[in-house]
Amino acid sequence: MSRSYDRALTVFSPDGHLFQVTLTATNRNQLIRVIYRWNTLAKRSARVGVRGKDVVVLGVEKKSVLQLQDPRTVRKVVMLDDHVCLAFAGLTADGRVLIDKARIECQSHRLTVEDPVTVEYITKHIAGIKQIHEKYTQSGGVRPFGISTLIVGFDPDDTRPRLYQTEPSGIYSAWKANAIGRSSKTVREFLEKNHKDDLSREETIKLTVKSLLEVVQTGAKNIEISVMESYGKVTNLDLPEIEAIVAGIEREKEAEAERKRSRLAATAAGQAAMSSRADEGASGTPGQ
Amino acid sequence: METSFAITGKGYVIVAADTTAARSIVKMKTDEDKIKTLSEHLVMAYSGEPGDTLQFAEYVSRNIRLYAIRNLYALRPAAAAAWIRRALATSLRSRKPYSVNLLLGGYDETEHAPKLYWVDYLGTMDEVPFAAHGYGSYFALSLLDRYHDPSASLEEGLATLKRCIDEVSKRLVVSPGTYKVKIVDKDGVREVEL
Repeated sequence: MSRSYDRALTVFSPDGHLFQVTLTATNRNQLIRVIYRWNTLAKRSARVGVRGKDVVVLGVEKKSVLQLQDPRTVRKVVMLDDHVCLAFAGLTADGRVLIDKARIECQSHRLTVEDPVTVEYITKHIAGIKQIHEKYTQSGGVRPFGISTLIVGFDPDDTRPRLYQTEPSGIYSAWKANAIGRSSKTVREFLEKNHKDDLSREETIKLTVKSLLEVVQTGAKNIEISVMESYGKVTNLDLPEIEAIVAGIEREKEAEAERKRSRLAATAAGQAAMSSRADEGASGTPGQ
Repeated sequence: METSFAITGKGYVIVAADTTAARSIVKMKTDEDKIKTLSEHLVMAYSGEPGDTLQFAEYVSRNIRLYAIRNLYALRPAAAAAWIRRALATSLRSRKPYSVNLLLGGYDETEHAPKLYWVDYLGTMDEVPFAAHGYGSYFALSLLDRYHDPSASLEEGLATLKRCIDEVSKRLVVSPGTYKVKIVDKDGVREVEL
């Protein structure tokens, strides 16, 4: 392994020719940095996962599909097995490879132990693959998987919903609610403020949509919601349903703003009245 | 001895297999399910070397499921049968081949038609209107030649199956006692009591 850092990589030169570059320690680090930059650049839309009492919801911001593109071929939420769903943010190409590995593991697990995977098991497996690739990057020509994932589902013979996150480095963790991708910090802060334990199905969906609306300007048509209600029961909400929820949230916001406006107006009126009285008082005083 | 039958009819396939697990001359079990549901509209009755049968059936069922999860659509019966036949043909040319015979009954949701495939351990496959494996086939095939009707209702189909089973019980020296019967149609797979 001592010489492994100087393994040659095949690289295109700007004029389209191939030439081999021997990586030194410096440009290897540069390469890694470039990859992480792609990674952040590629995370152009947000994904949210929220756990309720007996439901778990995944929400994704859809990039608006080009006019002539088939929207069904652009998927950000995928099934790993009957009872596990995954949403990813990052390099789609890396995602495809990782998802396929996870799907194979799900069936392989059933074949060897005659039981479906638990959500934690498959999360750990995915994180493990990422970790190995991370390690390879330190020495060989393999680069890390440039994706973060949210994994939701139910364990077999259990009614509690699960939500996990994995990162490109191979870290994984369990959450009540979390966001990845673009502006994930904003969304997470929103969730921290608004998440409560034991949310009902409707409340969970609403919180998911609401948190996405923090960063999605275009509203319902760019939001996709998947709801998992129990082992193996997954539904994708269709556009009218999401539109109705968004409209509901907007009405609430409007009412809130209206209340705030009237309150402000009231205080303003009060102040005005007070200051005019003061003015009267002032003008009423005999001259200086 | 192991026996399995399958009959197509108007919009359905009936697949039946005996439920005896035997070793040498000893019956070990009489409620073994030898028909595996591979997808919403596909079942597979397997017979042959015990151990091989289960191992191969599980391998097939996991792969069919993996295909459906990867592609969002399950394989149609014809494609599934072709894949399974290929798996057996590859196995035949390996150091230790699977010794498994299969009947694949499915409902093709695109063509809206029932499908039945007869597959043996040599990797032979054929689409057939009715089929049988094991000693029972020597009695049942001629009967089915006479009584099979591709446009028969489910009741008539089950009656024909009953005829086959009765004939086997009557004439075969070592006839199995009980059968499991599964039906595949547009609504999916269900089990019936005969």
